[in-house]
Amino acid sequence: MRFIFKTKYSQDINIAKHNGDRFWYSLLILIMVALPLVLDDFYLGEISYICILSIAGIGLMILSGYTGLASLGHAAFLGVGAYTHAFLLTNGIPFYASIPIVIIVSFLVGAAIGIPILRLTGMYLAIATLALGFIAEHVFIKWEHFTGGNRGLPVPQPEFLGMSFYDSVFFYYVCLVFLIAAMFAAINILRSPTGRAFVAIRDSEIAAQSLGVNLGLYKALSFAISGAFTGLAGALLAHYIGYLAPDIFNIFLSLTLLLLIVVGGMGSLHGTVFGAIFVGFLPQLIAICRDYLPSSIGSQPGLEPMLFGIILVFFILYEPLGIYGRWMKIKLFFELFPTYKRQTFKKQKVFTKSDRV
Amino acid sequence: MSLFEVKNITVAFGGVKALNDVSFGVDKGEIFTIIGPNGAGKSTLFNVISRIYEPSKGEIYFENQNISKTKPHNISKLGIARTFQNLELFENATVLQNLLLGRHIYKRTNILSEVFFTPSARKQEHEYRLKVEEVIDFLDLQHYRDTLINGLPYGVRKNVELARALCTDPKLLLLDEPSSGLTNEETIDLGFWIKDIQSLLGITIIMIEHDMSFVNKVSDRILALNYGKILASGLPEEIKNNADVKQAYMGE
Repeated sequence: MRFIFKTKYSQDINIAKHNGDRFWYSLLILIMVALPLVLDDFYLGEISYICILSIAGIGLMILSGYTGLASLGHAAFLGVGAYTHAFLLTNGIPFYASIPIVIIVSFLVGAAIGIPILRLTGMYLAIATLALGFIAEHVFIKWEHFTGGNRGLPVPQPEFLGMSFYDSVFFYYVCLVFLIAAMFAAINILRSPTGRAFVAIRDSEIAAQSLGVNLGLYKALSFAISGAFTGLAGALLAHYIGYLAPDIFNIFLSLTLLLLIVVGGMGSLHGTVFGAIFVGFLPQLIAICRDYLPSSIGSQPGLEPMLFGIILVFFILYEPLGIYGRWMKIKLFFELFPTYKRQTFKKQKVFTKSDRV
Repeated sequence: MSLFEVKNITVAFGGVKALNDVSFGVDKGEIFTIIGPNGAGKSTLFNVISRIYEPSKGEIYFENQNISKTKPHNISKLGIARTFQNLELFENATVLQNLLLGRHIYKRTNILSEVFFTPSARKQEHEYRLKVEEVIDFLDLQHYRDTLINGLPYGVRKNVELARALCTDPKLLLLDEPSSGLTNEETIDLGFWIKDIQSLLGITIIMIEHDMSFVNKVSDRILALNYGKILASGLPEEIKNNADVKQAYMGE
């Protein structure tokens, strides 16, 4: 076990809590930077996609995992980001100017949607965001001037820093840099008053309000921040797919994002990366498994969504804290070995909460 | 002049009048206790003060300012903090994070400076922490700083909620049944703390409480409610011997 001797308040504020953190995360970044030396283009593409999914996951995690607001229509923000980016690039705006505009636009769209929608809670909010997803898809189809409608919109692949986005190594590094930047931004938000206010809203709205948290404002802010992250992911996704069509941003993509944060672990940023790895490789895994299954099962078209659904239910029932929760348990097992008790993580029934205020 | 004044407050839920024409004033530095049987309207009164319920009639004055129309999230900025009868802590956060939220009203950073965690954001965190540590020392919570609320015993949770309210630096503290669910020892400690909050920190306290020996020990004045109406109000001795109060509690 590691015991941290605290002598400064900064130790609680800093991102890295001890030298172990510094070492392992630096090593991880080094490995990520060195990956193009060993992996071929296909796998680099896959990992770029996982980075993009992680960024989108951070967005949804802030909204659902930290503020406790469900969203079943988050593909809409991916779409907003992707179309805005493609539109700007088509009109000759350079990449480095387009990305900040995309972030601002998605932030504003999130705020504009968030303000009216967040008067709803629980199930009704989920239904409203589901509707939002469908509405966004239709807007992408009908607003032809901006999106090219059903014909689709080719995404220009401009030069950036003298490199082309067709170069998979370069694109991988772009995605990686944005993921790391997004991670730091998210960590910073979560360790400052705004992030704490989000957690407060998640755990007890009434107490948050009595401590001076403006519920409406912070919920809208959470939606906007979430939109900004997801919009950024959308912009990168546009480069990844190369050709935008409205049906990419459908309900299935929204559910994939939901699966990502649940499987990864609600309420943890590590979870977004774990979840993205899982969700990113799952279709490949299913494709491989198809070959080994009898053709009556293997060639069924709905196999993928069905498996997604089963996995989602399985995690909610048996591992509500997701892969990250499991990782924590394994870590604790070795830290406490041989005195680990299974009961440590057993969920206690708590009877102190009630609807009375 | 009273620090805090309630004038003719009436709260009606449909035909039921949870509070009926209630008026009282609390002086600066007082410990003012509200007692009454279940359903007397005590918690309703607190929820009206913290602006969760809308009164049908009447006004509330704090430091001679009418706060009947103030937004609920601005109440704490005026200097009114509260605790809850059934604990409303942020369960999946640590004690420290809960207490830091008590400083939320002093936030100066905006979202941009937080995204980049600028030196001013860091400085603010340090300032928050200094105040939080004062409260931690005051209420003996040193052991629990990094514990999740989920893993704490009930008595400590009660304490953390009181600490969180103190972190807002209030002028007026509303305590909703602070001693419920505490052991005898914890109740005795709480009595000392409440006296200390009054004398050392100079905070005025309005408290809802059932434990009469505790009430008599700490209160300066008592208000007895029943069915939304004021039964009696006065010094602890007077209330103890009041016929109406005896009637309401013991049904003599």
